[in-house]
Amino acid sequence: MHRMLTKYPIWGGLLLLALFILPLLLSPYGLSLLTQVLIFGLFAMSLDLLMGYTGLVSFNHATYFGVGAYTVAILAGLGLNNFWLSLVLGISIPVLLALLLGLLVLRSSGPYFLMITLAFGQMIFALAWRWRTITGGDDGLAGIPRPDLGLPMSMWKAQNFYYLVLVFFAFACLILWKFIHSRLGKAIVGVRESETRMQALGHNTWGLKYLSYIVAGGFAGLAGVFYVYFNGFISPQELNWTMSGQVILMVIIGGAGTLFGPVVGAGMIIILQNLISSHTERWPISMGIIFILCVMYLRDGVVGSALKLRKKGRGNL
Amino acid sequence: MKALETKSLTKHFGGLAVLQDISMTVEVGERRAIIGPNGAGKTTFFNTISGVIKPNAGEIFVFGDKVTQLPPFRRARLGLARTFQQNNLFVNLSLLDNINLAMPPNQAKMTPRDFLDNWGWWDKSTIPVKEFSYGEQRQVELLLALAQSPRLLLLDEPTAGMSSVETNKITTMIRNLSREITVLIIEHDMDVVFDFADRITVLNYGRVLFEGAKDEVRSDERVKEVYLGSVD
Ligand SMILES: Nc1ncnc2c1ncn2[C@@H]1O[C@H](COP(=O)(O)OP(=O)(O)OP(=O)(O)O)[C@@H](O)[C@H]1O
Ligand SMILES: [Mg+2]
Repeated sequence: MHRMLTKYPIWGGLLLLALFILPLLLSPYGLSLLTQVLIFGLFAMSLDLLMGYTGLVSFNHATYFGVGAYTVAILAGLGLNNFWLSLVLGISIPVLLALLLGLLVLRSSGPYFLMITLAFGQMIFALAWRWRTITGGDDGLAGIPRPDLGLPMSMWKAQNFYYLVLVFFAFACLILWKFIHSRLGKAIVGVRESETRMQALGHNTWGLKYLSYIVAGGFAGLAGVFYVYFNGFISPQELNWTMSGQVILMVIIGGAGTLFGPVVGAGMIIILQNLISSHTERWPISMGIIFILCVMYLRDGVVGSALKLRKKGRGNL
Repeated sequence: MKALETKSLTKHFGGLAVLQDISMTVEVGERRAIIGPNGAGKTTFFNTISGVIKPNAGEIFVFGDKVTQLPPFRRARLGLARTFQQNNLFVNLSLLDNINLAMPPNQAKMTPRDFLDNWGWWDKSTIPVKEFSYGEQRQVELLLALAQSPRLLLLDEPTAGMSSVETNKITTMIRNLSREITVLIIEHDMDVVFDFADRITVLNYGRVLFEGAKDEVRSDERVKEVYLGSVD
């Protein structure tokens, strides 16, 4: 177990190296896919903190992703294109929302948690739909320019933008990895395993869940920031439950509680989505089939199962 | 100062009165056994003391602090530790990680490693707890509570479902505990009770039927009737 853990970051390092070299080999289309994989991988990792590590299946994670994206889009609409300002607000507004919503949703657990998060998520989705003056309603907000970092390199160039995303992706991986292996992170896993025991041992389990919820919301917001820069467009669909469901699927397919597994899950779904074309009727059916296959044959997801095969099950911190 | 004091503790589940007017004091360093038939309210009594459930009426004091309204983790931080009737462990985590979660980081008297070494468990520290036998898990249940360095320890049937060899391991562990730790134990095994306890409280239908030194309990007619009678 410990051997695997010391090797895991080495694997992570090799993967990052590959991610660094890949753009030099890929077609523009491939590079665009890879950029999306990083963005959704980051989004899925943030959800894994809740699903895999804290044991909370949140059904409105798209809320934080979407609010981060809308923040950048609204700022751009006001003519505020400074990257650092957008970044800070694109993270802190989702964090503030998580501070508030966390107080409400963390009163319940299990299936009730899933349902109440879904309800709040749809409320915010409806709000984005209705509040035309700010959000553009169902037309969404278009024409969001790529970020200006004040550096002598244009982010309109796909490779430059990719590297910008990669830097933040790697940084986020590092922080999440450190967090999960900190004392607090281990306590959060304890909550997943047995909340009553954690309380009996003197841990403020509510506070731990709240912290995890806020951190997850912040990183989802970060993913949303890059998503809207990448896409140049945001609509309420990005706040909808379908988006939340999709990122849940990424976590499950990749392997909940493996942190990097969900990145693999994101990669698989994004590549499939582009093969099948997400705008046909076949897409929801395909997603459903993938989900069923996963539940039946790959309980621990791709990465989780691979780790288990090596007889080094998950959860051994 | 008393280690534990309850005043007129009352708990209803719907129409069912599970605890009725329980007033009890336990001295510092005392070993107190709580006995009584199934469903008497013993576990519920522990749950109200540890804060898992709130009583409908009454007060609870732990080392003089009123804890009636405190959440469980705050009571734990006052030095209250408990075990569970049903094993309640972090089964997917290693033994060492279990102990890490139980030891308060800054006030721990020893490291988790020293602790496990002391109890003879260090060689199993990296094994996930789910791979332990039931009897071993029952011992880990007790180890977790001890790792908290408690002043007041509540044990809910620590030997339940164990072989006599395993029961001996548990009783040896608790018999050798320092007298700085006050211990309340719920136990059905009368040999364990009479061996370990200073005083015994008998609960029946949520009421204190009897309380006294163990010899008094042995000879009390009512106690024999509701409880001991079926054991002899
Ligand atoms: N959360 C609950 N909700 C409703 N009823 C409960 C609850 N907890 C316990 N009870 C009921 O309260 C009564 C006392 O239960 P308790 O677990 O305290 O008994 P006990 O003395 O520990 O019994 P045993 O020796 O079987 O462990 C039982 O009738 C039980 O069904
Ligand atoms: Mg009981």
